[in-house]
Amino acid sequence: MDSTILAFLVQDGLTNGAIYALLGLALVLVFAVTRVIFIPQGEFVAYGALTLALLDTGRMPGTALLLLCFGLAAFLLDLWSMRHRPRIGEFSRSVLVNLVLPVAIYGATWILAPMQLNAAVKALLTMAIVAPMGLYVYRIAYRPLADASVLVLLITSVGVHLAMMGLGLVFFGAEGLRARPLSGGSFMLGFLPIPAQALWIYGCTIAAMVGLYVFFEKTLLGKALRATAVNRLGARLVGVRTQLTGGTAFILAATIGAVSGVLIAPITTIYYDTGFLIGLKGFVAAIIGGLASFPVTALAALGVGLVEAFASFFASNFKEIIVFTLIIPVLIWRSLTTDHHEED
Amino acid sequence: MALDRKILGIVGIVIVAAIPLLPLPPFWITLLNNIGLASLVAIGLVLLTGVGGLTSFGQAAFCGFGAYTTAVLTTAYGFSPWLTLPLSLLVGGAVALPLGLITVRLSGHFLPLGTIAWGLALYYLFGQIELIGRYDGISGIPPLELGGYRFLSSGSIFYIIWGFVIATAIGTRNLLDSRVGRAIRALRGGSQAAEAFGVDIVRAKLTVFIFAGVLAALSGWLYAHMQRSVNPTPFGLNMGIEYLLMAVVGGAGHVWGAIFGASLVLILKDLLQRLLPSLIGSTANYEMIVFGILLVAILQFTRDGLWSLVLRLVPKSPRRKLAETDRRLEKREMPAAGTPLVRLDHARKTFGGLVAVNDVSFEVKAGEIVGLIGPNGAGKSTTFNLITAISPLSGGGIAYGGRKLETLSPGQVARQGIARTFQHAKILPDMTVLENVALGAHLRGSSGVARCFLRLDRAEEAVLLAEAERQLERVGLAAYRDRPAGDLALGQIRILEIARALSLDPALLLLDEPAAGLRHGEKQELSDLLKRLRAEGVGVLLVEHDMSFVMGLVDHLVVLDFGTLIAEGKPADVRQHPAVLAAYLGGVS
Repeated sequence: MDSTILAFLVQDGLTNGAIYALLGLALVLVFAVTRVIFIPQGEFVAYGALTLALLDTGRMPGTALLLLCFGLAAFLLDLWSMRHRPRIGEFSRSVLVNLVLPVAIYGATWILAPMQLNAAVKALLTMAIVAPMGLYVYRIAYRPLADASVLVLLITSVGVHLAMMGLGLVFFGAEGLRARPLSGGSFMLGFLPIPAQALWIYGCTIAAMVGLYVFFEKTLLGKALRATAVNRLGARLVGVRTQLTGGTAFILAATIGAVSGVLIAPITTIYYDTGFLIGLKGFVAAIIGGLASFPVTALAALGVGLVEAFASFFASNFKEIIVFTLIIPVLIWRSLTTDHHEED
Repeated sequence: MALDRKILGIVGIVIVAAIPLLPLPPFWITLLNNIGLASLVAIGLVLLTGVGGLTSFGQAAFCGFGAYTTAVLTTAYGFSPWLTLPLSLLVGGAVALPLGLITVRLSGHFLPLGTIAWGLALYYLFGQIELIGRYDGISGIPPLELGGYRFLSSGSIFYIIWGFVIATAIGTRNLLDSRVGRAIRALRGGSQAAEAFGVDIVRAKLTVFIFAGVLAALSGWLYAHMQRSVNPTPFGLNMGIEYLLMAVVGGAGHVWGAIFGASLVLILKDLLQRLLPSLIGSTANYEMIVFGILLVAILQFTRDGLWSLVLRLVPKSPRRKLAETDRRLEKREMPAAGTPLVRLDHARKTFGGLVAVNDVSFEVKAGEIVGLIGPNGAGKSTTFNLITAISPLSGGGIAYGGRKLETLSPGQVARQGIARTFQHAKILPDMTVLENVALGAHLRGSSGVARCFLRLDRAEEAVLLAEAERQLERVGLAAYRDRPAGDLALGQIRILEIARALSLDPALLLLDEPAAGLRHGEKQELSDLLKRLRAEGVGVLLVEHDMSFVMGLVDHLVVLDFGTLIAEGKPADVRQHPAVLAAYLGGVS
């Protein structure tokens, strides 16, 4: 192996690692606030990537329709839970969030999709379509289980993952798609060409980290999220609406997922089930970060990306085996270092 | 009534045996065969997840080991399929052992994540190994053969599959209703209590893990000889998730629920695979949408699964009849009254900067009741945890009959004849009162998994249950024997914990606030019971806030305040001690 290959592998590993870092951050965020181990995180990546790829071809992405379905399901659940005690305020909020919003986004997509606007508009539209899904998924699957154990929530996540992956198959089909890069071309760093897309990826990861830092440290909602993470009941007692913080966490996670999808769509072909594996690699990083530390998760994600890049060079057939076996010593180490309390 | 259940069972078996003889379309038989194969895995998962609390998404990988073992040995080396059966199970168990050693040490949610990780890694591994044909797999596996008859049709292999399923279900029920079963069932509810009665937690977890792995390997072995070819697809994570779905749908915790869940999921899958493509317009695995929604819905609405709804329709089983036995468990030889039992020597426990127990020294003698009192947060329960080795000492020592307790595990401490109750009662609410008490006698039996599975443990089990019943009578809870322990009132639960502790046949009994929640008459009975135990030579260490109860009972009082021993001696003297008055009533100076 010469230094050119080494440099290529490092660059490749860092690019993928940055994506894993984004996902790892989202996973830590969701776990900290809601105790949900969010296995379907990867599905948002696939949804985002496939939505962008379809917008690229000027077609109407299936996710827009899916968004309507999700919104409708959330609305019906709201109606059901309000059946004994109908309140006009709650009802109108539910109509606004669950019906008006998705219809507006659907309408915007219907108008904008055939117009073939520039890449930035398509990226933003993709995020507008995917991000609200986080809220609906939270409302439909997790909010009724807010007080369940981490284990029950984890099994729920697996159920949500199955359903979302299956819906991805229905709305996108089994064909893989690839999007055009946000901005084409590349520039040379010494002898190494760096594609512009890689710069977008690094930039977004750094922006997300800074954004999360500012959000958690400087805003009231961010502090409310942290309070919920530390103590649900305590947060409720001092007036934090934990349903609001839960919903916020899921919207953020879906947004990050969509961004990752937008970023990764031009560099690899995405299938309806690709997101799961990408998300799991974010998991490896999040677990190294103890599902708690943002900086450790981000660093670990870069490490996962590098391991994967070198594994695919030296033993490409065993790439996935190596990456997923990597998690086991980490899990053991985490189990030994985390205090586990008697489950009572 | 037991006879009725037997008849019910025989009728069930006859019905199952008659199915292939009925004029059913062949795909029904194939479906039933698949249900049987999945049931084997699901039964293992019920034990692992529903009973033991260890969620695994990776069981499909064990099916793969069973299937590939026989595929390779029969096609490449010409082994007879029956010869590969034990080898397949052995490989399943041999893989489960190291994986289990790693996995069961994972705590909380790390465990299921770990099973996802190795489930995926093993699937990719199956697809990469040349010996097992990579993603193409192995074909041309011979059918099963018995006395020249080849089990080629799905109607004939049906008998073999369902024979194994029924035998496994019965054996697994036997296992759950036994000494080993109680230990496994205790894993979920509060392993600390089980550990304090000598259950080796890691070993019990490993036992269920290997048991489930071997059952999955059996399913894989049968699959290989039914399908006559194998490839990695059915051994991937998606199948692992589907198996877990079956266990959750059926109701984690019920052996028959596993078969019920497997049937529901596979029949639903078959229906969906025929219906959905015509609705959506193309063929693919759309059933996963429905499965995902089903899984979430079950968790939201009936977390105990659908089998528990079926069970509600069945009348409750009547009072259980215990087997007669004239054997009794051997009793420990009690040390003579007055010999020192346990001795704390400058025992110390710190949590970070907080000194919970500060160089405390005292001793408990045989045939003596020692009261350990002090305000809340004085370190009384921490002292109990130090003696029973639940928390490690930070300094000093605890000696018991010449042995250092701090070097032992909680189970080894129990083996020395030290039994305890907990301040926050740790019972297993779903187990009956009798079974909870029998858990206390765990160390006095010795039957292992195989004996329990094959029902060879009955003589010993009868003696253990008779002992448990005797202790229940002794504390006055005999009337509640067959009720779930969770039904009892708080005071009764405390008494139940005492009965469980007595089942260990203790020489030293540690009681943490036993009288809390008791009515006056019940306190009187408890006091009488403790006096009788004292007369038998048992040493008792008692934490209690009810002073009139303590003062009338104990021989010796030890008073802690903020972790420090501030007074000890005869109750009457301690009562007048100025430091004690200050601690309880506030300083006067």
